[in-house]
Amino acid sequence: MIDTVFWPLVKIVVLLNAVMVSVTFMTLLERKVIAWAQSRLGPMRVGPYGVLQAIADPIKLILKEDITPAKADKVMFTLAPIMSLVPAFVVFAVIPFGADPFYYVADINVGLLFIVSVTSIGVYGIILAGWASNSKYPLLASLRASAQLISYEIAVTMTLVSLILTAGTLSMVGIVEAQQEAGVWFGFIQPVAFVLVLIGGLAETNRAPFDMPEAEQELTGGFHTEYSGMRFALFFLAEYANMIVISAVIVVLFWGGWLRPFPSVDALAVLDYIPQWCWFFFKMFMVLYLFIWIRATLPRYRYDQLMRIGWKVLIPIAIANVVITAVVKVLL
Amino acid sequence: MPEAYLPILIFVVVAIVVAIGILLVASLVRSSKYNKVKLQPYECGIETDTDARGRYSVRYYLIGMLFVIFDVETVFMFPWAVIMDELLLFGLIEMLVFLFILVLGYVYAWRKGALEWV
Repeated sequence: MIDTVFWPLVKIVVLLNAVMVSVTFMTLLERKVIAWAQSRLGPMRVGPYGVLQAIADPIKLILKEDITPAKADKVMFTLAPIMSLVPAFVVFAVIPFGADPFYYVADINVGLLFIVSVTSIGVYGIILAGWASNSKYPLLASLRASAQLISYEIAVTMTLVSLILTAGTLSMVGIVEAQQEAGVWFGFIQPVAFVLVLIGGLAETNRAPFDMPEAEQELTGGFHTEYSGMRFALFFLAEYANMIVISAVIVVLFWGGWLRPFPSVDALAVLDYIPQWCWFFFKMFMVLYLFIWIRATLPRYRYDQLMRIGWKVLIPIAIANVVITAVVKVLL
Repeated sequence: MPEAYLPILIFVVVAIVVAIGILLVASLVRSSKYNKVKLQPYECGIETDTDARGRYSVRYYLIGMLFVIFDVETVFMFPWAVIMDELLLFGLIEMLVFLFILVLGYVYAWRKGALEWV
């Protein structure tokens, strides 16, 4: 009982707290990095260099009024943010932060499939939010968002197939171990797959340059226009938790998870003194920074361009990548 | 190994409890002064006269249907990819035939203009 329920529970609670705290500091990091990219200072007032802004924002959101519009579907309106947040959290269950079972909650043999299926559930939260609001902007935005999410999901899932071909397993721990055996991170074997998953990840988390569902200039606030207070905060939490999850998945699949650089070169064995989880979080931070950097750099796509890239560029490349990977694997 | 999924079940329960707990805590401390205007749907200050759930573009249905077809076919490729080490040439030819049919449908959808927006 203690081993099967209590310790996983402790790990889960610690992990969820870590996720929520990192989300608040993630927003601060994002504001700071974008400010620096635009030669501004960013938040400076709350605490030294605005560090306490990360604590002030959640407190403000908790104290804010939470409005349910008179015409809205009351039950669905509350259910939508929960349905959006829970999948974003649950994916963390199969992310291995280190080789030791202490560093992950569960290692299931269909880990990658689990991630693909659970992240898809998040679409329901978005479309429910738009429908339940009974307001025009949220409905339009949620339709756009769901069409975008499912379009890019095909390309990402197809790309993952080529990665599974390389790794020969669906288990997240197994994928990192396969990289250890291969002696090289899969990002160097499958660079095309990495770019595809990165683009797909940006689109799936509704990040710039694919932030159509929240395009302020045309849809006001996107699918959460009618949301305020803590229910809005849940959507916000879900979006950033998704971002952290996607970067963790990218690190596991392409950048060796907890492995040090050049895992096969013995001359660099001194790097093993740095704990595995430090490597993991360092790489994750790099990917998250890349996400923010892309947002600060690229303008937003038009909606028809977005769908065209998804269906007519990414999917053919993904199919070609699978075929080439399979052929190379059989020939070698 | 069904016991490997037990932590995930616990995780789902904890995540739901956390999500509902956040809402409950907030409902205890927040202010709530409502009036009729505040509860109207947001439409840039103009009063709404029609229901929001009107008709929308049929393209969304089309994308939805294409998604179901392609995503299910992609899921078929997952088990194939895992045991590719054992199948080798047989598996490669099988999957090339499968992919050929998939691409045929894809080209058909493209030529019919199902992938065009606007």
